[in-house]
Amino acid sequence: MGRTYNEKRPMAKETILIIDYGSGNLRSAAKAFEHMGPGKGHDIEVKVSGKPEDVLSADRVVLPGQGAFGDCMNGLSKIPGMMEALKEAVLHKGRPFLGICVGMQLLATRGLEHGAHAGLNWIEGEVHPMDLNDPALKIPHMGWNDLAFPSASIQQDNRHFVLRNISSTENFYFVHSFVFQCRHAHHVLALTDYGGFQTAIVGRDNIIGVQFHPEKSQSAGLKLIGNFLDWKP
Amino acid sequence: MLKTRIIPCLDVNEGRVVKGVNFVDLIDAGDPVEQAKIYDKQGADELCFLDITATSSDRETIFEVVRHTAEQVFIPLTVGGGVRTLSDIRRLLEAGADKISINSAAVKNPDFIREASEKCGNQCIVVAIDAKARTDGSEGWEIYTHGGRRPTGIDAVEWAMKMADYGAGEILLTSMDRDGTKKGFDLELTRTIADAVRIPVIASGGVGTLQHMVEGIKEGHASAVLAASIFHFGEYSIQQAKNEMRKAGIPVR
Repeated sequence: MGRTYNEKRPMAKETILIIDYGSGNLRSAAKAFEHMGPGKGHDIEVKVSGKPEDVLSADRVVLPGQGAFGDCMNGLSKIPGMMEALKEAVLHKGRPFLGICVGMQLLATRGLEHGAHAGLNWIEGEVHPMDLNDPALKIPHMGWNDLAFPSASIQQDNRHFVLRNISSTENFYFVHSFVFQCRHAHHVLALTDYGGFQTAIVGRDNIIGVQFHPEKSQSAGLKLIGNFLDWKP
Repeated sequence: MLKTRIIPCLDVNEGRVVKGVNFVDLIDAGDPVEQAKIYDKQGADELCFLDITATSSDRETIFEVVRHTAEQVFIPLTVGGGVRTLSDIRRLLEAGADKISINSAAVKNPDFIREASEKCGNQCIVVAIDAKARTDGSEGWEIYTHGGRRPTGIDAVEWAMKMADYGAGEILLTSMDRDGTKKGFDLELTRTIADAVRIPVIASGGVGTLQHMVEGIKEGHASAVLAASIFHFGEYSIQQAKNEMRKAGIPVR
């Protein structure tokens, strides 16, 4: 059954789902998304939930994550129906997906923190302890760092949509001791220099993951969140 | 390149900002949420609230302060003072804090740090150390608890190493000899501890000039500097501090 020719429907309010699976502080992320809501031109409702049905009905899915890779993966997979819901929403329905910090690392094939643990395997690669070329550098990599870009996206115009209007001199807040090593170079969208270049943003199709915390990265982070909300992959 | 962090700290008593000089003589300097917004605008890299409220019934005020701050300020927020249990940590994180600073409770029960970092992640557990040079003629520094009132006999360097080993994500190191004096950080203390642990050390206690901050990084080997009064009485802005550091060749945001 088709719609009548001149049926006018207002743009539906989008639901942004921040997945609550017992991994740390979700209020910061929720607040940052809410901040970029109606007041900043995004007709959105931010929902924090660990229910698979909320993942299925969301327009955009955000997976935060703090703590160890294995704990996070366990927390996520022990929610009945969550893995199926995530696959359906992100891989089949193509809903825009943003992984933050360990939520980004979970995209990998496996993580090697406290033993090997399987990840979502949505972006091939492994999560390894940071390998720094300077032993005097502190671990974790904690604080504000800028992004470097692989040669394919040196030009700002060639960068991913979520990096729109973000200059290479802007800084993001990082806290991590492990790093995502992608199998395919074209999945690495940005790097950051800390004892050598470390993966900062990974992505493909409707999936993006950021190692840093956009919700804690002041104006640069809020811009990235706004871009994610505008992104139509 | 990683930038050196400048962290303004606000001492909060019953929901209001104060600053202790040598841990006494409190002077009221305003509303913490408003102060936090100003620091955010000035380019602070993180914020720290230290709740010095004495009575537990009045401690509820800190949750409101944290909640309101987290709604408006999108930089990392550390909260400390009187944190004793995992449920204290959870409540502060739920209110919007990103890191929790723990002092006396860690000394009372070091396993608390292990448990807290396992449950909440190392990144959000900051161990605060109040250290004072030994006065009995022996070398080194001793740590104190309960806002600097109670000596413990524990060596500060050994303690820092133990806390790093137990899962602390960061150390907030305050020199009690220098706190409130404006004579600069205790550089020897800071350097000794910063060089002994792999985790970042935040230098605190004694900043009176912007040059002191530069010294804390260059000579104290700290990863970040924390200061209170020089910022919130308007003597210097965060931006001025960053300019001074930039001139000294320290990368800042």
